[in-house]
Amino acid sequence: MDEALERLSRERLLRLAAIGSAGGLFSGLFGVGGGTVMVPLLLLWMGYEARAAAATSLGAITLTAAFAAATQGLYGNVDLLAGGLVGLPAVGGVLIGTWLQQRVHSDTIAFAFAALLAVAAVQLVVR
Amino acid sequence: MGVGELLLAGAIGVAAGISSGLLGIGGGILFVPALTLVLGLGHVEAESTSLLAIVPVALVGSFRQRSYGNLRVRDAGVIGLLSVGGAVAGVALANVLPVLVLRIGFALLMLNLARQLFQRGRRDRRARLAGAGG
Repeated sequence: MDEALERLSRERLLRLAAIGSAGGLFSGLFGVGGGTVMVPLLLLWMGYEARAAAATSLGAITLTAAFAAATQGLYGNVDLLAGGLVGLPAVGGVLIGTWLQQRVHSDTIAFAFAALLAVAAVQLVVR
Repeated sequence: MGVGELLLAGAIGVAAGISSGLLGIGGGILFVPALTLVLGLGHVEAESTSLLAIVPVALVGSFRQRSYGNLRVRDAGVIGLLSVGGAVAGVALANVLPVLVLRIGFALLMLNLARQLFQRGRRDRRARLAGAGG
């Protein structure tokens, strides 16, 4: 029983590791956000509920974006003023978005994400 | 930079935050066009600045989600740390691989994920309606 549990948690860990590596790899290769890869994989491959998938993806993105922004900052590519102009209003937006998310059905979130993926796929080829 | 541009950039920022909270994405899909088209940044600067804007959004969003009981902190930590390594590898590979071919392949993969998510949504919806009906 213990052995089965251990195997299960090891498999879970491997899947999480694969999702993280895939999210990072694709965002490094194509410049797409890691969330577009991580959310569907958490939902479809880990059996996450839609809200938990979105929440956990945001947590992971915090780490990745902080590291990537710091690296780009060292190269002098980051414009602090412009970042604040779009980023600070967005903090207000994310409070609205997470509030709203608790009040919609999880299938609505899945449909909205499917639409987002379709748009991102087209944008990836036509640019 | 006029008042109109500032307001438009702010409005797109709010929209990026809302989609970030709803869908669990960083919001770069809206930040980057706001930074290039409205605030006039070059492409590299816009991508980099977008990453900076994502940090407070994702952080505040994660804290809110934690209080709603949706955030799995340890899972997020594993994914986040490995994705840093993945991103470094991705940037390196982008310089040696035929990116256009990969881009088309990845777009097809995304469309396939979209199809599967749509089916998952339909299944959840049927289950929800069946539950509500009886």
